[in-house]
Amino acid sequence: MPPALETRGLTIRFGGQVAVDQVSCAFHPGTLTAIVGPNGAGKTTYFNLISGQLRPSAGSVHLRGQDVSRLGAPMRARLGMGRAFQLTNLFPDLSVLENVRLAVQAQSGVFLRFLSLAADRTDLTDRAMAALRRVRLDDRAATPAAVLSHGDQRKLEVAILLALEPDIFMFDEPTAGMSVDEVPVILDLIESIKAEGGKTILLVEHKMDVVRRLADRVIVLHNGALVADGDPAEVVASPIVQEAYLGVRPNA
Amino acid sequence: MRWTSRLIAGDRPGHPVATALVLALLIGLAFAPFLFPGTKSMAAASRICIVIVLAASYDILLGYTGIVSFAHTMFFAIGAYAVAVPLARGVEGWTAIIGGMFGGAVIAAVLAALIALLSLRVRRIFFSMITLAVASLAQIVAAQWRDVTGGEDGLTFALPAALGPAFRLLPEPFLGVRFDGRLITYYLIFAVCLALFWLMLRIVNSPFGRVLMAIRENEFRAEALGYRIVIYRTIASAQAAAIAAVAGGLMAVLLRYNGPQSTLSFEIMVDILLMVVIGGMGTLYGPALGATVIVLAQYYLRPGLQALSEATAALPLLPQLFHPDRWLLWLGVLFILIVYFLPAGIVGTLRRRRA
Ligand SMILES: Nc1ncnc2c1ncn2[C@@H]1O[C@H](COP(=O)(O)OP(=O)(O)OP(=O)(O)O)[C@@H](O)[C@H]1O
Ligand SMILES: [Mg+2]
Repeated sequence: MPPALETRGLTIRFGGQVAVDQVSCAFHPGTLTAIVGPNGAGKTTYFNLISGQLRPSAGSVHLRGQDVSRLGAPMRARLGMGRAFQLTNLFPDLSVLENVRLAVQAQSGVFLRFLSLAADRTDLTDRAMAALRRVRLDDRAATPAAVLSHGDQRKLEVAILLALEPDIFMFDEPTAGMSVDEVPVILDLIESIKAEGGKTILLVEHKMDVVRRLADRVIVLHNGALVADGDPAEVVASPIVQEAYLGVRPNA
Repeated sequence: MRWTSRLIAGDRPGHPVATALVLALLIGLAFAPFLFPGTKSMAAASRICIVIVLAASYDILLGYTGIVSFAHTMFFAIGAYAVAVPLARGVEGWTAIIGGMFGGAVIAAVLAALIALLSLRVRRIFFSMITLAVASLAQIVAAQWRDVTGGEDGLTFALPAALGPAFRLLPEPFLGVRFDGRLITYYLIFAVCLALFWLMLRIVNSPFGRVLMAIRENEFRAEALGYRIVIYRTIASAQAAAIAAVAGGLMAVLLRYNGPQSTLSFEIMVDILLMVVIGGMGTLYGPALGATVIVLAQYYLRPGLQALSEATAALPLLPQLFHPDRWLLWLGVLFILIVYFLPAGIVGTLRRRRA
């Protein structure tokens, strides 16, 4: 069976700077891979290349063995790549419910319907509400996304991803900036997605305790290059992570 | 959903005051020949119907999808010429009117789709500039292609007898109103405009319409959900253009004339922008109210000032201030007041107050 997702020699340059440098890596169903690396290592850029927001300077992206490098972000989303963004990326003036419903609508393949009423599609609304319940945001359904607290906006970002029902979940620091009591909701949720089985989950995360708790595998990006790949306990303890990522020298 | 709500695609004006204004407008237009008899008020009411459709169709672009186009009057003019040219060349009346409106709508839609496809990939500011260039080109074509368009003079033509003042539907006036061809013309315009407005309500409240709003709010995110925004913008542009073209055809019928000044000028483009902004972008009802305010001002501000000026003739300064030639100044004051007190437009601000 081909990997769910694979990048081959994926590279992008911004001017002279190489932000992602020949990253070859395969991701398999049922595995949660944590992607770690210092600020500016190229983690978000790597995600952007995978989900089609950016075009690579070199290399390719393969989805279930199929080369999707030439497809744009919308087509990759329809093929099952789902993304939750690091910088909150919502429809600010639309309600929380509408934000999620738009994701459900895309997932259901409701694209060019001009004369039916969106409000009549109660099936879509129900599914959107179900996604909101999972992040405990159902009581804010009618609120415009823009007025939510930062933590609630992060939850909404995750609810949109859930509503897309992707095969490949890409979380980019989903708990960044959340208050301590909000974090468990998101972590439990990621754990429950994992428990469903068969999903391919990529998680960019800075907090090592989260990585140890959730990850089956850890890869390390440094200056855009993949510098370590393996079992979480080993990789986190390895000198390269301690030095490159945490900026401390072992035994120093 | 209740049937009343269904009738308006579940889209309520969203505030009691807005609802009252929209209902008053609807009733006023539906019974205009009886409530406001007279040639001038009939002309004003007809123009309000047409311009409501024009402004609302522009709102689909500006307010719902976030597209800033300056070529909207071009599509209005295409519809008007599509009716005027065959009529001026002696094509049978109803064939020319109906065929012209359909043909004009199709031409406008195709042209809008082409412009959108060619230029929506560029940055927004460049798209707006391209529409400006295309609109200028259209003005040159209308002025220079005299054999067809009649140049700056435009085209004058006769309508089918049933739309003429001499035609009588009833031998005697009823409720003080003559049931003549002018009345038929008005209700023809009213009915087509009402149907088009309803169509637009359906479009913006459809699943498609929700995606347009998503594109307006955050196109990057809309793409990440799986929506190909170029397709959505192209279709929205084509729909808005086709609707504007039908409105243009109605304008030609109303005026029995079409020329660059009546449907193609940049003044009309500026008026449309003001109508949408004054009424509230992305609300459809707002542009309808905005269109009404502006047409009424165009028709009645000058005579109103004239009356004020005469009434204050004995007082110092005031007669000069209210001199009818100052009507543009007063229109400007009106805009500033509305924008200052209703920053999101009439309906937009009312909705926000409610929320
Ligand atoms: N669109 C862009 N144009 C130019 N440079 C960019 C662009 N996007 C990212 N970069 C650069 O690429 C490098 C990698 O950035 P990226 O956002 O991928 O890092 P990251 O690993 O996600 O960091 P963080 O942990 O802070 O989120 C940075 O030096 C950044 O400045
Ligand atoms: Mg990042």
